[in-house]
Amino acid sequence: MKETKELNIPLGPDPEKLLKLDLSHNPFGERMTLQMGPQHPATHGVLRLELQTDGEIVTQITPYIGYLHRCFEKIAESVSYPQVIPYVDRMDYLSSMNMSLGYALNVEKLMGIQVNERIQTIRVLVCEMNRIASHCVAIATYGLDIGAWTPLLFLFQEREHILDLFEELCGGRLLFNYIRIGGLSHDIPPGWTDKVLQFCDYMIPKIPELNELLSFNKIFIERTANVGVMSSKLAIAYGITGPNLRATGVDYDMRRDEPYSGYQNYQFKPAIGRGEQGQPGDCWDRYIVRVREIEESLKIMKQAIARLPEGDVKEQMPKNFNKMPIGDSFVRTEAPRGELGIYLVSDGTKKPYRVKARSGAYCSISALPAFATGCLIADLVAIVASIDIVLGEVDR
Amino acid sequence: MTPQEICQRLTDAGLQVTFQETPPEPCLEITSESLQEAAQLLKSNADLAFDSLLCLSALERPEFLETVYHLFSFKHRHHITLKVRCPKDDAVIPTVSEIWPTANWHEREAYDLIGIRYDGHPDLRRILLSEDWEGHPLRKDYQPPAFYHGIPLTTQLLTPGDEGN
Amino acid sequence: MGIIEGRYGPNILITSLDKVFNWGRAKSIWPVTFGIACCAIEMMCTAASRFDLDRFGIFMRPTPRQADCMIVAGTVTAKMAERLRRLYDQMPEPKWVISMGSCANSGGPYWQYGYHVVKGVDQVVPVDVYVPGCPPHPEALLDAFIQLQAKIDRETLAKQTA
Repeated sequence: MKETKELNIPLGPDPEKLLKLDLSHNPFGERMTLQMGPQHPATHGVLRLELQTDGEIVTQITPYIGYLHRCFEKIAESVSYPQVIPYVDRMDYLSSMNMSLGYALNVEKLMGIQVNERIQTIRVLVCEMNRIASHCVAIATYGLDIGAWTPLLFLFQEREHILDLFEELCGGRLLFNYIRIGGLSHDIPPGWTDKVLQFCDYMIPKIPELNELLSFNKIFIERTANVGVMSSKLAIAYGITGPNLRATGVDYDMRRDEPYSGYQNYQFKPAIGRGEQGQPGDCWDRYIVRVREIEESLKIMKQAIARLPEGDVKEQMPKNFNKMPIGDSFVRTEAPRGELGIYLVSDGTKKPYRVKARSGAYCSISALPAFATGCLIADLVAIVASIDIVLGEVDR
Repeated sequence: MTPQEICQRLTDAGLQVTFQETPPEPCLEITSESLQEAAQLLKSNADLAFDSLLCLSALERPEFLETVYHLFSFKHRHHITLKVRCPKDDAVIPTVSEIWPTANWHEREAYDLIGIRYDGHPDLRRILLSEDWEGHPLRKDYQPPAFYHGIPLTTQLLTPGDEGN
Repeated sequence: MGIIEGRYGPNILITSLDKVFNWGRAKSIWPVTFGIACCAIEMMCTAASRFDLDRFGIFMRPTPRQADCMIVAGTVTAKMAERLRRLYDQMPEPKWVISMGSCANSGGPYWQYGYHVVKGVDQVVPVDVYVPGCPPHPEALLDAFIQLQAKIDRETLAKQTA
């Protein structure tokens, strides 16, 4: 890292520095067009980045997406309202509970259904569990991209415990189809909440262990602190939301500020990036926000189990969708990769007229050229991994 | 600020805005000529301060095409929905990507899937589908292609000799 | 093995060679990680702590040049299909393909309305083992490797008579 400082390579997205980027120091003029992806271990799926490089410095980034375009929006127009749920699940496959919650809330808003407390609480519980599972993968693959193999083995082990709980709950490990419009596919099995509590108690001491293993590892900090700094202004301008926005220091969490599904009943503190190891909004901040969100999610899970009221999870499920109110609604929820906004247009028939999903990862990747240009190729890997994209959500 | 007040602000500035009470949320309908001016005002006015474009969705109505803008202000924490129409045979709407960079990719996506051209967009190319893809899939009369570069995409059972044409 | 492959009948030399080669090939399958969509996460789970592919002698390789098996884990789209074929062509012989998950098998849930989805990866590359499920359990992928090992064990260098 010392060499970077001597070469005076801009470490952040400072536009003034970028304009002054002097490329004449390279006597050989080794400019090159480099294709990174669509099959590349560090692009987290099928993302293609076309890089213009000058030596080791990336002077231009052009992302190409669409390699996983699975026609979600067209399919949603072709199937009935409840049948959309499996396809929503497959958008961000690492957090499918959060995805189906966003869609279910939207249809409920359109139909004017207010689900009972028990449904709300179980939804919060499973969404937070899925958030932990999703962040586990995000952190694990981040370590892997930086060059640490052990965190992957460590975190996938913890993730398997959550997946076991999900498997007991609804039979699925990854894609659940559990949250339905106006309810849940079925109630939680007896004794399940005790196992979740056991898991919480098991997981809480694992976070300091992870911090020792990865977060405050000197090599890791050297690779991530002061790399890929995103300013809060840039994040808001590009519509970046969720952990990536909070890492820049903006204290905004949908769950607290515009609560849905009864999130106002829980005590938790959204994690904010403060630039502890470098500047606010660098890769390390984006990483540590996710680690701290796991801790907050564990708190929410415990509270949800403590207040789990009685009720029927199926009685409010609408029986037929032939008389949908005509109108359109936009509902945002806080998914692990930023806000999921679903815009739903109904024309009164049993099929949605138009479903548009606005995903957090789509906006994050669109901002990549704006804040990552001028970094080293090796840092680009760290930056792409730190914004934590899932291509299923980007391409839909 | 309530949507009515925001609508009042825009009409005071001499823009053609109509307030629509559409359930469950009201929205503002705006003509495509006054879109850019309105967007500029919505973003820069200190009382409105819509610094974030949450979502830009394009859709095809039976008679016209429509773009829907969902705006949000981090400063005042209020929302507004804008709707802009354009005719099907001349699907052009001015871009807002200079005002909200979020719109850049969302407009490309809308162009790709619906076929609305955003006038003044810096880089209006297809984004999800390949450059040589034909048609706009989210149009209601879209017919999916049977082959793409010799790769069958249909659900029909294929007989040998069908490939590629 | 181009020199002797398919030239001689199943004599004692060829069948002995078969045993050696098949033992070597089956017991160290090096798959290229072709993770495209949801199934890629289950593929990662299979390689990670609990299921641990390494104990079968299976190591994920990130490059096709060092691999002899391709796990197509996820939905193959029209845009991706050409890249998939190119990567398959880059792999050295002998090579096998595992199609993981419903999407790679047949298009899965995107079969009917997915205008951009290839209805099965076998339209693009030849497939040896299909793993059903959406997504398949990691144990199903392990089973697919065992099936593939059994298939490799049946291969021969001898001239095919049928």
